[in-house]
Amino acid sequence: MSEITRHSYDVVVIGAGGAGLRAAIEARQQGKKTAIISKSLFGKAHTVMAEGGAAAALGNVNSDDHWQVHFRDTIRGGKFLNDPRMAELHAQEAPQRILELEYWGALFDRTKDGRISQRNFGGHEYPRLAHVGDRTGLELIRTLQQRVVQLQQADAAEFGHPESMLKVYAETTITELLKDGDRIAGAFGYIRETGDFVLFEAPAVILATGGIGKSFKVTSNSWEYTGDGHALALRAGATLLNMEFVQFHPTGMVWPPSVKGILVTESVRGDGGVLRNSEGERFMFRYVPDVFRSQYAETEEEADGWYTAPAEHRRPPELLPRDEVARAINTEVKEGRGSPHGGVFLDVSTRLPAEEITRRLPSMYHQFRELADVDITAEPMEVGPTCHYVMGGIEVDADTGAALVPGLFAAGEVAGGMHGSNRLGGNSLSDLLVFGRRCGLGAAAYLDELGDARPAVAEAEIRRAQEEVRAPLERKTGEDPYALHQEIQQTMNDLVGIIRRGPEIEQALESLDKLRERAAGVRAEGGTIYNPGWHLALDLPNMLLVSEAIARAALERTESRGGHTRDDYPAMSPEWRRINLVTYLREGRVDQRRQPLAPLRPDLMELFEREELAKYLTDEELSGTERTGASVDPDGHGGPTEEAASAKEDES
Amino acid sequence: MTTKRTFRVWRGSGEGELVHYEVEVNEGEVVLDVLHRLQATQVPDLAVRWNCKAGKCGSCSVEINGRPRLSCMTRMSTFEPEEPITITPMRTFPVIRDLVCDVSFNYQKAREIPSFTPDPGTEPGDFRMAQADVERSQEFRKCIECFLCQNVCHVIRDHEENKEHFSGPRYLIRVTELEMHPEDTADRRTISQEEFGLGYCNITKCCTEVCPEHIKITDNGLIPLKERVADRKYDPLVWLGSKIGLRKGADTPIAPNTRKPSSAPEQ
Repeated sequence: MSEITRHSYDVVVIGAGGAGLRAAIEARQQGKKTAIISKSLFGKAHTVMAEGGAAAALGNVNSDDHWQVHFRDTIRGGKFLNDPRMAELHAQEAPQRILELEYWGALFDRTKDGRISQRNFGGHEYPRLAHVGDRTGLELIRTLQQRVVQLQQADAAEFGHPESMLKVYAETTITELLKDGDRIAGAFGYIRETGDFVLFEAPAVILATGGIGKSFKVTSNSWEYTGDGHALALRAGATLLNMEFVQFHPTGMVWPPSVKGILVTESVRGDGGVLRNSEGERFMFRYVPDVFRSQYAETEEEADGWYTAPAEHRRPPELLPRDEVARAINTEVKEGRGSPHGGVFLDVSTRLPAEEITRRLPSMYHQFRELADVDITAEPMEVGPTCHYVMGGIEVDADTGAALVPGLFAAGEVAGGMHGSNRLGGNSLSDLLVFGRRCGLGAAAYLDELGDARPAVAEAEIRRAQEEVRAPLERKTGEDPYALHQEIQQTMNDLVGIIRRGPEIEQALESLDKLRERAAGVRAEGGTIYNPGWHLALDLPNMLLVSEAIARAALERTESRGGHTRDDYPAMSPEWRRINLVTYLREGRVDQRRQPLAPLRPDLMELFEREELAKYLTDEELSGTERTGASVDPDGHGGPTEEAASAKEDES
Repeated sequence: MTTKRTFRVWRGSGEGELVHYEVEVNEGEVVLDVLHRLQATQVPDLAVRWNCKAGKCGSCSVEINGRPRLSCMTRMSTFEPEEPITITPMRTFPVIRDLVCDVSFNYQKAREIPSFTPDPGTEPGDFRMAQADVERSQEFRKCIECFLCQNVCHVIRDHEENKEHFSGPRYLIRVTELEMHPEDTADRRTISQEEFGLGYCNITKCCTEVCPEHIKITDNGLIPLKERVADRKYDPLVWLGSKIGLRKGADTPIAPNTRKPSSAPEQ
């Protein structure tokens, strides 16, 4: 049996994407000895896939933009199911986080007066996304990676070794969180490269493991997205929020089959691209829902006018929030107006000059030319929905990122609440930065309070964790993990996908039950050194657990909202809007309870017209709002305020 | 349209061999798809490093018929119908297993380069930079760190002994990127020659040729950096300044205590 290497840290951050790195940077800056656990190599995380940009109300392109407007857009996009406190903190702090990145060396595209340029995106009222062409995620991850290196260099100068206070454990996977009583005490895992087991003893663990897309067949997500953090949290006794909300990005590649699901950035539409069906119709005009009717253009002329004179025109319907566009494309294809390979056409070639397209969308140009033989400057792309993001996630305290288990924190995609039922494009990168940092601060504060009363890991727990990890290798017979994985993906795609029906979800739950039994006897061939079959076998239980959480929540919520569309309950229900579905484990099995959603504070409620609120809230809630009229007054109360000021102090 | 193709794949680590496989290939597939099919149908423990499968993360670097490539961006349709396909790990780095290499050399080199150094009198939000000025560095920041340029560079590909003194194209353009950053105040010209081995580069442009991001590594990165180094070395004012002690601290040193040998003490 392999040796177990033991390490002792103050904070262990699981996940080395944007949220994890930002959290680790903060924890280190707070003086805590920090480990970063990366399932891939350092700098390869899924964050590199983010293309469009990071939303922050800097007001560089349109000075009317303020955090309140960003807050309002976020709540609208999430169909009023967002955790209001998270949406508020996010909108307030995103600009500082972006400027901080620039100060660490990030090079965003510029405005004419030399500031950070901002682009339009679905659901954002003003140009708000700080970006670098269509590779913003890469810039973000690289900047954070280089900031980690900078901190390590400072530690090398001060303590003699770069890894004395902040170390990256690359290609390391955590399989279990360990507790002492009810508190977090550490994390157990394996190192891919050597097959060795590793134990991190730490009183604070920050989960930043990203999403769950690999449970679906058509997805824009990379292999790491197996819901590890969601599953680790559940098994450690934490809770998940609103797991039914899964975002299907409207524009993934559909051809050739091997690239099906790869993302086509929303910037294509933000920069003027339009969606057409096989009849050449720009169909999105037919899909503007009532709640958004007043904000979106009704004719092509009006929509096209918006790109140059946004104040005089309403927005093009291609820029509706993602859930709306994805459903519209789904309907067009189902009704027989799809493209040859089962998508619709996304055309930017007739909308912008070729050199402008290659400058603004270089990755897209490259991707289509290399993978599909399509020149996007000369012909339209074929696109269709792809599983992209999970809005649901670990239930956390907005200010500190603390989960219900003492010592456990979560940030980024793995955390829930921030995006409500649907995330706006661009809000993910800013979410990572804002809440990554807050988690780092939260964990540091927790440690300070803990003092010397450090939890200890029980030896029996370590042995048990090790036996579980070895089990697939030691079975002489058993199913092959690859085939099981494909079945999970097919089940979720077909039965709990973009359009859901009660009986189908029940069928999915039955299938998942059987798959779980089969996965319990899965067998991995080969040894412990860099063995992908073994690694997949260990990821399967996580995917199954998360899939069940999604399916159960999807069955329970009998309404349609954002990233959850029930064919048998097509309406949005004001009663359901007040309810968070909370998933937890009871004796090892997924269970759920309903929990009220925190109400909007009156000053935030005032950002919306009563007419708009009436579309979402119950009569009872409405009668409770005494109000004069909607206003966004940046200089009034609630402006970039003490919150922002105190956040700045934390920096020093 | 499905066909059978012959794949010769490196199996093993230090002691290894090419193993032949007959495997199904479908229309539109890339080499990584075929490697995944091999894993799912014939060799479940075949070690392959990959991540995004969209040419954005730079994880799946291998050598395909001797050419350094991203396997996720190499389409099967680019080969002749009967051509066997040989996949080997990157040659410049130690093999861990099968197609996976130990690329820690690169992370080591990254750590030696003095980081972005803004004027201490500024704070976040102060920067005003023109698009034209940031574009030069932006080109190098497109780098996805696939390490194919490091792999192909003959300075270290054929000469293990040079690794200590040569950072490779990836990290030399990182230096260029910082030197061209409009708000950076450090001066890495001297160390780029003396510590990072810029002089070893004899501009054969192999790095540029294999770059999947089409970064003009040699023309826009290495040659301009060589020019800056020469400027610094032969500038009579710099010479005079050093003689009379006016240039003390003007050359930024390599980040202290970052160079090996340093066998990573834990605590």
